[in-house]
Amino acid sequence: MSYKEKGYITPEELEKLGLLPPRERLEKGPVVIAECPEEIPCNICVHVCPFKAIRMDKIYEIPRIDWDKCIGCGVCVPQCPGQALFVVDLSKPGQALITLPYEFLPRPEKGMWVTLLNRRGEPVGEGVIVKAWQHDRTWAVTVSVPKDKWLEVRAIWIPEK
Amino acid sequence: MVLPDYRIYEHPILDFKRGRRVKFYYRDKVIEAYEGESILAALYAVGYRVFNRSPKLGLPRGAYCMIGKCSSCLSVVDGVPNTRICVEPVREGIHVEPQEGLADIRRARRQENVETIRVETDLLVVGGGPAGLKAALVAAEHGADVVLVNDHFVLGGQLVKQTHKFFGSRDYFGGTRGFRIAEMLSKKIKEYNNIRVYTNGFAYGYFKGGVVGVAVHGEHPLNLLVKAKTVIAAPGAAEKGLDFEGNYLPGVMGAGGAQTLMNQYGVRPGDKAVVIGSGNVGLIIAYQLLQAGVKVEALAEILPRIGGWFVHAAKIRRLGVKILTRHSIVRAIGTERVEKAVLQAYDEHFHPIPGTEKEFGVDLVLISIGLQPDTKFFAQAGAVMKWVPEAGGLVPIRTWGQETSVENLFVAGDASGIEEATTAFIEGEIAALSALLKLGIGGKEVEERRGKLIDFLWNEYRMAPVVRRAREGKLKVTVSEEEMEKIRIGEYT
Ligand SMILES: Cc1cc2nc3c(=O)[nH]c(=O)nc-3n(C[C@H](O)[C@H](O)[C@H](O)COP(=O)(O)OP(=O)(O)OC[C@H]3O[C@@H](n4cnc5c(N)ncnc54)[C@H](O)[C@@H]3O)c2cc1C
Ligand code: SF4
Ligand code: SF4
Ligand code: FES
Repeated sequence: MSYKEKGYITPEELEKLGLLPPRERLEKGPVVIAECPEEIPCNICVHVCPFKAIRMDKIYEIPRIDWDKCIGCGVCVPQCPGQALFVVDLSKPGQALITLPYEFLPRPEKGMWVTLLNRRGEPVGEGVIVKAWQHDRTWAVTVSVPKDKWLEVRAIWIPEK
Repeated sequence: MVLPDYRIYEHPILDFKRGRRVKFYYRDKVIEAYEGESILAALYAVGYRVFNRSPKLGLPRGAYCMIGKCSSCLSVVDGVPNTRICVEPVREGIHVEPQEGLADIRRARRQENVETIRVETDLLVVGGGPAGLKAALVAAEHGADVVLVNDHFVLGGQLVKQTHKFFGSRDYFGGTRGFRIAEMLSKKIKEYNNIRVYTNGFAYGYFKGGVVGVAVHGEHPLNLLVKAKTVIAAPGAAEKGLDFEGNYLPGVMGAGGAQTLMNQYGVRPGDKAVVIGSGNVGLIIAYQLLQAGVKVEALAEILPRIGGWFVHAAKIRRLGVKILTRHSIVRAIGTERVEKAVLQAYDEHFHPIPGTEKEFGVDLVLISIGLQPDTKFFAQAGAVMKWVPEAGGLVPIRTWGQETSVENLFVAGDASGIEEATTAFIEGEIAALSALLKLGIGGKEVEERRGKLIDFLWNEYRMAPVVRRAREGKLKVTVSEEEMEKIRIGEYT
């Protein structure tokens, strides 16, 4: 079954489509991953990246990241209407940092413990918010997660108090 | 007795700035509401779910479309029967009565003294959604005199309920939330004193000499007769219904209807939902239900693949919403409203597979199996139409410049075939430029701009694989000026 049947994409599919950055690049510092595998008419990310790190010729092509130009700033994360952009940083020991979009209540705050969810919405552990900022009401939340979960965690859920 | 309260007070995206408090009567009860709410939204907010009964069997009728298209909510407002309370704003002191079956016209009051007024204009725009708003703005920018009529009391069409950030080109508001686009455009419309706006104005008929009759409903009813040199009609679309046992029960609703309640009025449509259909509308609304605090138990899709864009599906999947492909609804159960929904697996021939029923305790069954162009206006005007499944049904044949077989009547947006807001903007703009050419305004600059837009729309934007089918549908009903001339004299097959 492909992602169009399941509603989630697998790391193998991402790899095959050439959407995953090389391991050496990931270990150097933050970099974006675009989980946007389908040719849809959208080019928001191309326009919002201040470093011109995303390429696309025709509006419906899939976004291609220039891993050397992308500095992992996360500016594109809350602006992507498909919520398909995630910044991953594997440069720190022990923990991976993931910056992902979040549009729910309660509001995320630095230091909060959150439930980590995989692409199927299953809880896969807990993480702590290290940074959270907003763009037009969408949060870009950076969470610290166990390092081996960097390719799994794609959402958070903040339990109500 | 304390009435329940379904109003949403805290939302991750929206701030519900409610208007002045208003009191009105429903039957003999006093209902408190806020200015800016529709009557139905205000009643729904305090727990009412049944608004009408079917004429013969007396079966309950609830909210369905919430945009004035389905007649499920017909009620008597201040003595006026057949009032669609989903698009009628609350007003201080009005008396609202449910309508049991057909209304008795002898008891109707107030319709004799409706004033008729006549206005003339260069361009009449019917419908204030993305297509109509863009058309009105482009024409006004070039100095044309414009009248804009919109059935709903709020301008913006479907945009007003869209809280997600738009896709598409940045040139056409990509990256901006739909309701903000509606706010921006409505504000711009007001800045032009060559645009006269009638909200609450329903275009009911097209007459000889380019005269359009508009019923302005509400507090000051009016029969507006607009004599227009050109008309652009962009009345949008209606959600399709689905045939299954119990589909009449209140709680079975168009997904867009639920979206209107929660995002436009800040009223939570229910507690738990199943969504039927995995097109973009279903996927987006499932996500917005979660944002409004409604639990989504499942989303069913009868085909083996998700219909909408993958990124929309991924958003709800990663929050744990089950997407059941090869599934659909077979039954809604309840007495006066939905209490349970039964979904079932389907084989490749679309037959239900016995023994695969799954029961969900839900109060909402949201149908999003597609939209159907609203082409009543064109049919009545005598425009030649064609049945095109890829476009959502019957649509008027038009030229590349959006003109129908009725000269000087143009079509734009969902009414011309279902697509999305970006194409609605572009079609609205093309139609306006064509109308300007007819009016002799603009000349070469207008012609060039139109040429470029048509080229972008057909040769770039619509070439995206996910929208190719819509492109093919529209190709079937788009003809050259010469071909249209033949159609007009009945020589085209
Ligand atoms: C849930 C949902 C999500 C969507 N998401 C996106 C998206 O992400 N990106 C995107 O590009 N598009 C999206 N769309 C599609 C987009 O909203 C529609 O294609 C677009 O609104 C169509 O515009 P329109 O102007 O043709 O019609 P509408 O927006 O439907 O406006 C029609 C207007 O005409 C008025 N009217 C109707 N009949 C009459 C009459 N007889 N007289 C006077 N007035 C009349 C109505 O009151 C209404 O205000 C979405 C649609 C839905 C339902
Ligand atoms: S993370 Fe920053 S640099 Fe990288 S693509 Fe996004 S906006 Fe550009
Ligand atoms: S902005 Fe998001 S949805 Fe649009 S092309 Fe870029 S990654 Fe895909
Ligand atoms: S006409 Fe009012 S709910 Fe459809």
